[in-house]
Amino acid sequence: MPALSAFHHPRYQLRRTPFHERTSQLCLPHNWRRWGGCLVVGSYDLGVEREYWAIRNHAALIDVSPLMKYQIEGPDAARLLHKLTPRDIHKLAVGQVYYTGWCDDDGKLIDDGTITRLGEQSFRLTAAEPQLRWLAMNAVGFDVRVLEITEQVAALSLQGPKSRAILDRCCASPVTGLRYFRMAPNALAGRAVTISRTGYTGDLGYEIWMDAHDALPVWDELMAAGDDYGITPCGILAMDMARVEAGLFMLDVDYTPAHHAWVPGQKSSPYEMGLGWTVNLGKHGYFVGRRALEREHRAGSAWRFVGLEVEWESLERAYAAVGLPPQIPAMAVRGSLPVYKAGRQVGYASTSTWSPVLKKYIALAHLERPHYEPDTSVTVEITVEHRRRQAAARIVTLPFYEPEWKKQ
Amino acid sequence: MEEAVAVATVSNAAASASRYDAIVIGAGHNGMIAAAYLARAGKKVLVLERREIVGGAAVTEEIFPGYRFSEFSYVVSLLRPEIIRDLELPRHGLKILPLPSTVTPMDDGDYLAGWDDHDLTRREIYRHSPRDAEAYDEYSRVMARAAKAIKPIISLVPPDPSSMSWRDLKGLLKLARYGASLGEQDLYRISKLVTQSSADLLEEWFELDPLKGTKAASGIIGTYLGPRSPGTAYVLLHHYMGEIDGAFRAWGFAKNGTGGVTAAIAASARALGVEIRTGAAVHKVIVQGGRAAGVALENGDEYLAGIVLSAADPKRSFLQFVDPQHLPDEFTETIRLFRVRGSSGKVNIALSELPQFTCLPGEGPLHRGAISISPSIDYVERAYDDAKYGEFSRRPYMDVIIPSMIDRDMAPPGHHVMSCFVQYAPYDIAGGWDDAKRDAFGETVIATLERYAPNLRRAIVGLQVITPKDIERIAGITGGNIFHGELLLHQLFFLRPAPQWADFRTPLPGYYFGAAGAHPGGGVMGAAGKLAAEAALEDAR
Repeated sequence: MPALSAFHHPRYQLRRTPFHERTSQLCLPHNWRRWGGCLVVGSYDLGVEREYWAIRNHAALIDVSPLMKYQIEGPDAARLLHKLTPRDIHKLAVGQVYYTGWCDDDGKLIDDGTITRLGEQSFRLTAAEPQLRWLAMNAVGFDVRVLEITEQVAALSLQGPKSRAILDRCCASPVTGLRYFRMAPNALAGRAVTISRTGYTGDLGYEIWMDAHDALPVWDELMAAGDDYGITPCGILAMDMARVEAGLFMLDVDYTPAHHAWVPGQKSSPYEMGLGWTVNLGKHGYFVGRRALEREHRAGSAWRFVGLEVEWESLERAYAAVGLPPQIPAMAVRGSLPVYKAGRQVGYASTSTWSPVLKKYIALAHLERPHYEPDTSVTVEITVEHRRRQAAARIVTLPFYEPEWKKQ
Repeated sequence: MEEAVAVATVSNAAASASRYDAIVIGAGHNGMIAAAYLARAGKKVLVLERREIVGGAAVTEEIFPGYRFSEFSYVVSLLRPEIIRDLELPRHGLKILPLPSTVTPMDDGDYLAGWDDHDLTRREIYRHSPRDAEAYDEYSRVMARAAKAIKPIISLVPPDPSSMSWRDLKGLLKLARYGASLGEQDLYRISKLVTQSSADLLEEWFELDPLKGTKAASGIIGTYLGPRSPGTAYVLLHHYMGEIDGAFRAWGFAKNGTGGVTAAIAASARALGVEIRTGAAVHKVIVQGGRAAGVALENGDEYLAGIVLSAADPKRSFLQFVDPQHLPDEFTETIRLFRVRGSSGKVNIALSELPQFTCLPGEGPLHRGAISISPSIDYVERAYDDAKYGEFSRRPYMDVIIPSMIDRDMAPPGHHVMSCFVQYAPYDIAGGWDDAKRDAFGETVIATLERYAPNLRRAIVGLQVITPKDIERIAGITGGNIFHGELLLHQLFFLRPAPQWADFRTPLPGYYFGAAGAHPGGGVMGAAGKLAAEAALEDAR
């Protein structure tokens, strides 16, 4: 084999995650995707269904290392996060995890992620996009240290009903007692890890955080321990279907973060995204966006993020008219579909997918007031044999799917 | 000479009737674009060009046998998409090849690269400074938003705020409405951008010297300012605008060099019936009954037309071609004071092998992009210090590309051509430019590059050194300023080239002005030529 030329320098390619040595061996279809500047597996199979069913039936092992990660520590760490997010961070216990969005001063979402209280004065923040500058700008006058630890910390998501059993089999201490949105230090393959009961699938699941150097032994240990339970390496395409069923949105797909918006109309508030439950207007003191969010809370929101269930009979009729059975993509589609009511556009669906577990065609959608109430009948645009048609759909509350074992 | 690049027309070729609807002075990109638009509207148009080739400062010439150079202007960034469409330039051979990166060699033997891929750029900056990698993300968005906000203004005939004419009021209203549509934050940012220095702007965002130096450098191109001079942040934005149309490939390197762009424009113009006459140096604009009525050449030939449009620089257009008696004193004075000090030179090098940069061994993708000699803001500011007192920079800022890495047809197989934009080289150099000084300038450029690419000197098979004086002499741009006039705040928008005369009309009825010295300024953009033609057509209606 000829020597690689300067053209092949890895620096001229996307970053590889700490699990690349394993994932690249398994990704035989070469279905690679881009996530947070990293090369990640789209699917390990030619199709996504086996990986999807691993999430819902067994356990799926997903490399989520590209998530942006920050460590915030110091006497004022809690105060800083209290100022930055609409949640009451002083109520966040050590070992607890909050999911939250955070806003600019106009009350529009900048990003969303989790905040884990690692200690009295130490937090880990995850985000989809770089936030260091934003954190540093807001940290002026606070006694805190903000560390960007994205590349130092590797992360695996183990999702599915068997995830607990697998972890109990290989972790130094059992995770059985770990409640939903809690975190505890543990050890795996002799390596120190922290395990949080969190995920992006709406199933029972855990996320395992480790030093990047420990990535491969931890992966190997989990794969070995999970073998009997059907553990399956899973790419982000199957996860994308599961997160729609769970009613979870994605930055840049389901909403435009305030810093990316070209025009004001592209921005969304937490209320509009269904995150009203994370906005604690009763909390003490100022937080970024507070006044705008108070105004919106009083006046009501112009938009709401809802679920859409497309009526199958309506799809069948539209396809039967051209002599075909219904045809929809076998994976989640990140493309905008107009939503109409009585012939007028009242919103748009931002991600749609076939839900294998519900046997339904579902979508995450933005609807204008007053059309966003549950059970409202609307139509969604579909393309049948190159022609635009309308399929009947119904607004439902999110999530679409929530197994009883998710929080048990 | 490649036929597609520079087509010479014999000057005495069958002169048809010497009567035209419109005469355009200068076959640079603006002149030919103006001519094409006039012809498109049914006018019989003649373009007069002093040189034997068309293209003006956008020409490709085979300076050394087998080695072809974009002699002056060397990248295309702001060519207006509507011009590309209207004149069907792709059909006439326009091909813009990508220029995917900029690399800044550092003094410690490493480099800093910027890519046309967001993730790659972030990864590269992260290697040097995680903080800057994050700031870069937001900086790009803020600048892109500001550029997007300013871009519509570029396509607009600048309204004169002191005028009460219907056209100006309408323009102001449009502008005000547009301003109101921008967020408050955007307006603040824009006001800051037009008043700040690029150094101040960049220091608010970044800590990495090569990053700041390289970004600051694009704020001084074609100006007689340093990165710490106020107003340079706007120039930086001016260059940034090329990037928001990136997806449409309006930014890049033209196939066959920049002459490839003007060859396509010339072909389009000719297809529309435009007659282009080279070797036809204009002496005077003929004035009859207080109106421009035609043009007299230096050889005595005369051509008549109701529309005369100059695409030459402001000084030539108003102080040389037109007798002062036909223009108001105040206007003439403003043009006389219009600052056109050239500050940059160009060094074109024919090479027997690829320059081996210490920081980039071998041949890699970064050789297909720009190489920026701008290790820090201080480096660039020091280069300016020399120029302030009338010397060329002992260690100049340079924007280097290796066109043969992008288009193999530019040099013989295995050989290369290198284009070095060099700043500062003052037009008014102390003691004046002569051959010895030009040689010394060339030597400074080689010595500076040699520090980063040690094999450069022995690979040289041909060297063309162009000073601002040479730009003036060859391309006919007074002062040798690549923008026909510095991009200073008091020379922009409704003040370019003179107050009340920024709408491509001039105090001499029938005489129009459409080149880089008019709004919106320089770059191979074509907006001025198009807008001037439209002004002439509007008046003719």
